[in-house]
Amino acid sequence: MKLINDDLTAIPEETLLHRILFYLSIPMMLTALYLAFIYTPVERVMGVVQKIFYFHVASAWVAFFAFFIVAVFSIMYLVKRKRIYDVIAGISAEIGVVYTAIVLTTGPIWGRSAWNAWWSWEPRLTTTLILFFMYIAYIMIRHMDVAWEKKARFASVFGIISFINVPIVFMSIRWWNSTLHPVVLGEGGVNESGGGLEPSMLFALIFTVFTMTILYFVLLQKGVYIERLKIQAERLKEKFQEKLAG
Amino acid sequence: MNNLFRAAFIIAGKDLYSEWKTKQVVTTMLIFSGLVIVTFSFAFDPSNNAVRAIIPGLIWVITIFSAILGLNRSFLSETKNDNLYGMIVSPTDPSSIYLGKVIGNFIFVLIVQLISIPVLFLLFDFRFFGHLPLFIIVVVLGTFGFISVGTFLAGLAANSKSSEMLLPILLFPIVSPIIIAAVQATKILLIDLEQISSAISWMQLMGAYNLIFFVLCFILFEYVLEV
Repeated sequence: MKLINDDLTAIPEETLLHRILFYLSIPMMLTALYLAFIYTPVERVMGVVQKIFYFHVASAWVAFFAFFIVAVFSIMYLVKRKRIYDVIAGISAEIGVVYTAIVLTTGPIWGRSAWNAWWSWEPRLTTTLILFFMYIAYIMIRHMDVAWEKKARFASVFGIISFINVPIVFMSIRWWNSTLHPVVLGEGGVNESGGGLEPSMLFALIFTVFTMTILYFVLLQKGVYIERLKIQAERLKEKFQEKLAG
Repeated sequence: MNNLFRAAFIIAGKDLYSEWKTKQVVTTMLIFSGLVIVTFSFAFDPSNNAVRAIIPGLIWVITIFSAILGLNRSFLSETKNDNLYGMIVSPTDPSSIYLGKVIGNFIFVLIVQLISIPVLFLLFDFRFFGHLPLFIIVVVLGTFGFISVGTFLAGLAANSKSSEMLLPILLFPIVSPIIIAAVQATKILLIDLEQISSAISWMQLMGAYNLIFFVLCFILFEYVLEV
């Protein structure tokens, strides 16, 4: 990948891969919308609200994937100390938080009509909310008022720790639910992708997940591009100031 | 290895000694926990029998919020006169600084708990019929997990100008499993003794969490202190 080998000293330019992904994502998004809203049949029990499910599941998958990328690039930053790894981890965390916010807003909209309650302290929901808070904290570290090397180090360390926490949170709350509280509201909306899906619905779901993943990569590339422009602008500014002083 | 523990005990001893001289941190934490108890006594009528159910949660609310006060101080006090820099350049492992700070903070919080939990039971007229040794183990395990992650993140947050604001936001999501486990186990041991086997499994979770995070923080602390 060209993206990773760059040394951040040159003024960045949009790569071909970037443009391909971008122009691919537009028709895919439209197709995904068509599949979700027109192609698939209306669900018998929940009605139209069920349509939200495709984007809900896709966003959840992309959010987890984004946080996984954060952890991987955090470890790589601590080992190799290349700024581009830190940039990628940071952008990925921001995208992950956006997608988690989508999950946390579409979830209650769906839940209101399916469970007749906006929110339930069910394992999946609680875990996702905690995950959301963890990566908001991660972004707050990235906005600390210290030199970028320090910030990058702290963010990497925090990214690793919070990712280790994810399975623990997930398991612990699962445990809590099964031992102390009966599951009142079924297995939660997110779990339904198992067995009983209509083939057309399953196809729409898989397609939406794929589209959202493409969108993630488009956003990631765009974010990294903007971040590199920022770094470059910073560098030019410093150079200019030196020139003025000297 | 021996050197690591020696340096850690020296740092912890220094913290405890300066605390003994000034009595600033523990006093503040104790006053704060007392105020929390008073506030809760207004919020929930202590004569009401249903209040028994909130005692386990109350124990951890007191612990967490008073511990935050101490954690905020533990590295900020070192930034004065560049003490932290002195520690970094001294010929010790960075992990021993972490270990020393964990020991110091852990002892502070245990002292606060030793006083505030009996006071809480007394003021809410709570008669203890639970399993005392297991209860003590749960309190120690939960506090240790909270302090080991908290000390690590306090070291991280101390670099920011707004560290008092940053620390709780970083810390609470990360320690949520240990808080959930601690509250659930305490609830069972204080109120619902029949379910003691599930309390044991909560304690196993706490043990595993403590082990993973202590080792991880121990290894990663080097990166936090690097100049």
